[in-house]
Amino acid sequence: MLYLDPKTASARRQRTVLCSVATLCFLFFIPTRSTAQDPDPEKPVPILSGSAGAFSFVSGGHNLIDTQINPVLLVPLGDRWLVEARAEFEGEFQRPPGGGPYGGPVNKHVDYAQVDYIASPYVTITAGRFLTPFGIFNERLYPVWIRALQPDPLILPIATAPSDGAMLRGGFPVNAKANLNYALYVSATSTDIDSVDSERHVGGRVGFFFPGPRLEVGGSWQKTLQDSRKNAFGFHMGWQPAKAPLNLRAEGVHSFAGSGYWIEGAYRLSQARLWQKAMRRTELVARAQQFFNGQITPEAAEDFELPGANTREADFGVNYFLRDGLKGVASYGRQFSPVGNFNQWTFGIAYRFLIPLGRVGAQ
Amino acid sequence: MKMQTKRCVKPPLVVLLCVLALGSYVFARGSSSRKASAKDSSGTPVVHIADTDAMRVQGEQRFRANCGRCHAAPQKFPPRMMATVLRHMRVRATITDADMRMILLYMTQ
Repeated sequence: MLYLDPKTASARRQRTVLCSVATLCFLFFIPTRSTAQDPDPEKPVPILSGSAGAFSFVSGGHNLIDTQINPVLLVPLGDRWLVEARAEFEGEFQRPPGGGPYGGPVNKHVDYAQVDYIASPYVTITAGRFLTPFGIFNERLYPVWIRALQPDPLILPIATAPSDGAMLRGGFPVNAKANLNYALYVSATSTDIDSVDSERHVGGRVGFFFPGPRLEVGGSWQKTLQDSRKNAFGFHMGWQPAKAPLNLRAEGVHSFAGSGYWIEGAYRLSQARLWQKAMRRTELVARAQQFFNGQITPEAAEDFELPGANTREADFGVNYFLRDGLKGVASYGRQFSPVGNFNQWTFGIAYRFLIPLGRVGAQ
Repeated sequence: MKMQTKRCVKPPLVVLLCVLALGSYVFARGSSSRKASAKDSSGTPVVHIADTDAMRVQGEQRFRANCGRCHAAPQKFPPRMMATVLRHMRVRATITDADMRMILLYMTQ
C-alpha cells in the first residue's frame, strides 16, 4: 500500500500547478511575442481553421439532425515544420421511436494530430496520428465545406480509419506534363486503451496529375499485418476540363470487407446566360455508387458502418454558395438493396472559418 | 509461431522508412547545395521569370489546376496566413514545391 506524506503530496500538487501555468504561458505568450517582434511579413502564423455545419438527413422518413464543428489547428515552426490537428465534435439528434423531443449522442474525437517535416522538395515526413491516404475522399474531400454531397460514399469506411505511425509523402514534377504524388505509411493503431492490442498495417498511394488536361489518376494499397494479412486496393481519378466548369471524380475499392465504387459530377452554372448573379453561385451535383458485400457477415459490415447487403444508390443535389466559405446544400438520393429501398433527403448549411492566432499585419 | 512471423515483418518496414528518410535528406542536402549557386551576392534566390505579372498568371493557372480540384477559390487572406495555409495544403494535397510558391504569389499579390 502506498503512503504519501501530506506535505509531499501538497508540494507535488504545487509543482504540477506551476508546470501547467508555465506551459500555458509558453503556449499563449511566446508565439504572440515572437510574431509581434518578427519583421518578416510573410512568416507563417499559427491558424485556427475548420468547418461547421448543420444538416437534416431524412432517411426513410426518419429525421436526423446533425450538427458538427471540425476545428483545425495549424502551427508552423521554422521553415520546414508544421504541427497540425483536427478534431470533430458531432451531435446526432433524433426523436425516439415512440415520439418525444430530439435527443442523441455528441461524439468527439481527434481525426489527426501530426507533425510534418518538409525534408526536401520531394519528401515530407509525417509522424503521429494522420488521415490514412487511401483514395482521395478521406484526405481531400471529407470536410463539409468541400464535399459536393453531404452523405458519405458507401465505400468510405474501407481502409480509411485514422493511422498512428509514420508516413513519407510528397509531390514533384516528373516531366513538363505530369506531376507525381505519393504517400507511404506504416501504422500501429491502438484498438483498446486497457491493453496493448493494436491494428497494424502498411500502405501507400500514388497518383499522376496532368496539369494540361487537369486529370489525375492514381491507386492505393493497404496491407494488414496481422491475422490473415488482408490486402485492400483502391483506384481514384479526378478531371476538371478547362472549357467547362465541371468537376468529375471517382473512386473504386476492392477489399476483404467489401468492394464498390462511386462516380460524381459537379457542374457550376457559371456559364448560364439567365439570372447570372444567382446562377454563378449555383452548383448541380450527381453521384452514382454501388457496394458489393465482402467476406464478412452483415453484422460485422454494419460495425464497420458498411451496408449489410449489396447496395446501389443515386444522389442528386444542389449547392448554393452564399459567400466565401458559406454554402447552402440540398440533395435527394434513393438507395436500393435487398434489405429495402428508401429515399434520403438532405438539407443544411456548411461554413468554413479561418482565424489567425497571431499578428498577421496588413493584407 | 505467429508472433515470430510478425517480428520478421516489422523490422524491414522500419528499416525501409529510415532508409527512405535518410536518402531524401541526403538528396535534399545535395540539391540545396547545388541550388546555392543560383543565388545572387545578397543571398536572394535568382528569379528566372522576371515578369511578376507572368508569374501571377502562372500562379492562377496552378491554383486552378491544383486547388480547384477540390474546392472553389477562397478570398485572399494576409500573406502570413496564406503562408500557413499553403504549407498545410502542400502536405495535405501533395502540391509540388514550385506550384506552392507560384500559388502563394498569386494569393498574396
